[in-house]
Amino acid sequence: MAADWRRAHLVERLPQTATARSLAFTVPGWPGHLAGQHVDVRLTGDDGYQAARSYSLAAPAEGERIELGVQAVADGEVSPYLADGLPVGADVEVRGPLGFWFVWRPEQTGPVLLVGGGSGVVPLTAMIRAHREAKSPSDFQLVYSVRTPEDFWYGDLLSEGADHLDVDVLYTRRAAPGSSRAPGRISADDLRGHVSRLAGAGTVFVCGPTAFVEAVSDHLVDLGRDSGSIRTERFG
Amino acid sequence: MGTFSPGFHGRARGLADKLPPGQYPTESFPVLSAGPTPRVPTETWTFTVTTENGDSRGWTWDEMMALPQEDTVHDIHCVTRWSKFDTPWRGVPVDAFLEDVETAADYAVAVSHGGYTTNLPLEDLLDGKAWVVHTYDGFPLSPEHGGPARLLVPHLYFWKSAKWVRELRLTLEDEPGFWESVGYHNYGDPWREQRTWDD
Repeated sequence: MAADWRRAHLVERLPQTATARSLAFTVPGWPGHLAGQHVDVRLTGDDGYQAARSYSLAAPAEGERIELGVQAVADGEVSPYLADGLPVGADVEVRGPLGFWFVWRPEQTGPVLLVGGGSGVVPLTAMIRAHREAKSPSDFQLVYSVRTPEDFWYGDLLSEGADHLDVDVLYTRRAAPGSSRAPGRISADDLRGHVSRLAGAGTVFVCGPTAFVEAVSDHLVDLGRDSGSIRTERFG
Repeated sequence: MGTFSPGFHGRARGLADKLPPGQYPTESFPVLSAGPTPRVPTETWTFTVTTENGDSRGWTWDEMMALPQEDTVHDIHCVTRWSKFDTPWRGVPVDAFLEDVETAADYAVAVSHGGYTTNLPLEDLLDGKAWVVHTYDGFPLSPEHGGPARLLVPHLYFWKSAKWVRELRLTLEDEPGFWESVGYHNYGDPWREQRTWDD
């Protein structure tokens, strides 16, 4: 007997980039979740055909309201429909929350380094919001790698200077005007200062495409981080 | 019908006999791991079987490669909902490592470099149902996919196919492994959709 699917009602869709959206749903009976968790979303066609995919939660729960980040993948079966096809006011089904490893809990007081590549920033954004809501004293740093300034998710949230949150944006293809760093892939040098600021007891969360996560976690190990303090989530 | 996701059509019909419930087919080979990819040189690689009495038997890389090898093709199913059909592997059946092992154990814990663990009933590793594989599609298994060698247990969700496997610890009691301790199903049969503790 599979665990319950819950009805989720799309209440708001916001563009994040040209192809990325944040979707807010209300889910009656939602049990709450931890920052960093994900859900499965299930779609049903008129003939009963169903398709399900996993999406990261982008924010702490507000009662029955949850927010997902969706990057439309060219030729995708589900993501283009969620990004642009599903009408506001219509329903899908969700199951979760899922995953109890790639999570940040407000009672954790150690310093945290978040390293996100592209849409991998979504679960990290949930952690940043949870950190802010809890007024957590824990030192938070975000290193965010994106192709160009137009690929930046959650611009208002991640650009502003919040207490206990330092944001370092690394552009890989084209940097923002006035940026001192030449565009390029993330290197060990990009991470060195952040790693030395993170005390030994700190945790690193890395999320993004596989090649990005492999490169970042290799750099972190080279810089002396204990493997056990590095938690990863890979897309594809 | 029609009460959910109006206007959604989808496309994966016609795979009902190959695709377990709730899965979708993919041509790519996604990577999922909880932490950094460990670096495991074959020069120092060993594989050990340890019984419930603490007796152990070990193989170096060369000793493992000298065992009879099998080519084996399987559909694999990840709990994150992708399935990949007809994946070609080469490796050693787990039976070969357990041939001369005296045990009364009913369970096994696969232990990996990097600290990952996963638990299985011992019988799910025997009789040609599981392998220690080192080659994928004709090439040495890459580190992010578990190289130099991983467990392959294709009839269960793929987290049971431990990457970077270094030990099989045989146990009398069932001992939940890494994902099994943080919400995922203890057994993980994709055809019964045993994804999480609630299933």
